[in-house]
Amino acid sequence: MDILIHTAVFIYLLSTAGYVAYLFVQKYYLQKTGFYLLLAGFLCHTIAIGFGFFQIGHIPISNFYETLIVAGWAVAAAFIIFQFKFNLKILGVYAAPLVLLITGAAVLLPKESVETQAIFKNVWFVFHILAVFVGEATFALACGVGVLYLIQERSIKSKSPGFFYKRLPSLELLDSTGYACIVTGFTLLTAGIVTGMVYAKSVWGSFWSWDPKEVWSAISWLLYAALLHQRVTIGLRGRRAAIMAIVGFGVLLFTFFGVNFLLEGHHEAFTRK
Amino acid sequence: MQNIIILGLNHKTAPIELRENLAFSEEEAERALVALQELPSLKEVVLISTCNRVEVLMFAENHSDVVEPVKTFLAEFKDVPISEFENAFYTHRGEAAIKHIFRVASSLDSMVVGEPQILGQVKEAYKTAIRKKTSSVILNRLLHRTFSVAKRIRTETGIGDHAVSISYAAIELGRKIFGSLEDKKVLLIGAGEMAELAIEHLIRNRVGNIHVANRTFENAVTLAEGFNGEAIRFEEITDSLSTVDIIISSTGSPDFIVTADQVKSIRRQRRNRPIFFIDIAVPRDIDPKINLLTNAYVYDIDDLQGVIEGNIEDRNKAAVKGERIVNEAVIRFRAWFDSLDVVPTIVALREKAEAIAQGEMKKTLGALNHLSEKDTDAIERMIRSLVNKLLHDPMLSLKTPGRHRDKSVFLDITRKLFNLDP
Repeated sequence: MDILIHTAVFIYLLSTAGYVAYLFVQKYYLQKTGFYLLLAGFLCHTIAIGFGFFQIGHIPISNFYETLIVAGWAVAAAFIIFQFKFNLKILGVYAAPLVLLITGAAVLLPKESVETQAIFKNVWFVFHILAVFVGEATFALACGVGVLYLIQERSIKSKSPGFFYKRLPSLELLDSTGYACIVTGFTLLTAGIVTGMVYAKSVWGSFWSWDPKEVWSAISWLLYAALLHQRVTIGLRGRRAAIMAIVGFGVLLFTFFGVNFLLEGHHEAFTRK
Repeated sequence: MQNIIILGLNHKTAPIELRENLAFSEEEAERALVALQELPSLKEVVLISTCNRVEVLMFAENHSDVVEPVKTFLAEFKDVPISEFENAFYTHRGEAAIKHIFRVASSLDSMVVGEPQILGQVKEAYKTAIRKKTSSVILNRLLHRTFSVAKRIRTETGIGDHAVSISYAAIELGRKIFGSLEDKKVLLIGAGEMAELAIEHLIRNRVGNIHVANRTFENAVTLAEGFNGEAIRFEEITDSLSTVDIIISSTGSPDFIVTADQVKSIRRQRRNRPIFFIDIAVPRDIDPKINLLTNAYVYDIDDLQGVIEGNIEDRNKAAVKGERIVNEAVIRFRAWFDSLDVVPTIVALREKAEAIAQGEMKKTLGALNHLSEKDTDAIERMIRSLVNKLLHDPMLSLKTPGRHRDKSVFLDITRKLFNLDP
């Protein structure tokens, strides 16, 4: 599994280089190369995780190292899906380094082997992890698209088209991509929370135990729910939607990392080691 | 190479009246091509005529002057006295002509450098010549090179990437805001050349409904008819704001026509959809404070000017790169052209040497009639092998003059040394 992960990280590095070159030189083939490299890296990454799955019999997510590996995989997966759907070429400039950062950071972490816990061998657990991770990866993309939106809006409003004006797509495309990311992410997060509750019921006997992670997940969920609600009722879009997507992802990041390190709870079993 | 000639006039050398009088419709161009090919010593010809230029690209048989007969023909064909356009015409030959056609097609010689239409126009002109069979080996090759040079300049330098006119810059901004302009609703307030130009660009981008408002309703009606739009009264502007996406304003009003409060009040009805104001009027019609509202964008004439100034700078930089590509391409075309010339030179050289040998042999053998047939044969063989051995090295160096040496110079010297062009 290690060699595959290292290969994947190396390919992600090349992909990132391709995208950065694309940002500066604006040649179509660079973007193409970056994307295909990312696909190749993703394939390696998927095989590595699949291999781990068969070796230990459940999703390899029992320590922080493995958590980051799965998170990086989820971001790559979400990006690939959205790239196919929206063809937002510039998004790779954000996504490729992000995947590289997460997966690369994982490789640098110490890997203590953890004993296989019986409670991980549960079908709800698989669904819970997949939905939550891919959902959060999608929110990460929404955050990136939001940042791009703010940059592009700024260059249009300030009336001095700079470096990014020519390189970024239209506000409309950024806005609708961001919205699609939020809708997808919200659906997955909801599914993740529900499957998590079912899983908690089967393992600990109750759906909800006010664990800090659960509370913070609920807060993120409410925030995104508010964003979507406003989109439907008053057509909230543009700058404010972009800012909310960025803030929402900030809260989500705290739920993901902050809660693990600062607060206690039964999720620590997966991350503290 | 000097027999590739271009004769033409353009926006820099001729006023619009003259260009109009000399412009060729497609049907006229076809007739002119056929007639031009009848001229003695004119082997190939392509005629390019646009609103900014008339160019006659020719390949002539030899160095004799075809320019004057062509000018006379143009004068007769378009019924314009030769004295009227004599001074407007420029003539380029050889490398200069090749460079000129490359620059024209790549839009480096255009009124607006980098404009995209010219390449298509040159292609059309070439197609007409192909149809009338007036273009052959040389011009076919030259025009194919021309198209690839123009394409290369376009993709490598990005010369035509960004707008350099006010109305086009406004459209480009619209695309950066709305993505596609298709089915976007437009409101035109007032009238004016620049505003109407912008509307035409918008129509080409397939916008939806166009509303036209004017202080005088009758004017609005007339203008709206032109665009297939809908005239509204001046008082209806506020209502209209809740549905339209792009507003172009160009009135003589001293006060703002649309204020920030007005836009704020319709925001809810618009459900926060973006709205884009293009203010071409001086003094301004649109309150600049509107630009501070979310999802509202205001560009006035100075802002647009600022946008295109940056683009013009980029274009000038791209044009410098473009000139370099043109120069490279000229060198490469010349290499091809020269390779064609080596063979006739070698043939001429050999013919001359053989003629001399034959002549001298006849003279000598005439005085020596006691020789047997065997002897005369031996002398003949000796002379022939002398000619071959003498010519062997010069011919070899003509065929391969070395990588860095100029073939045309070798050819030129050879022709002069041996006096091959009497």
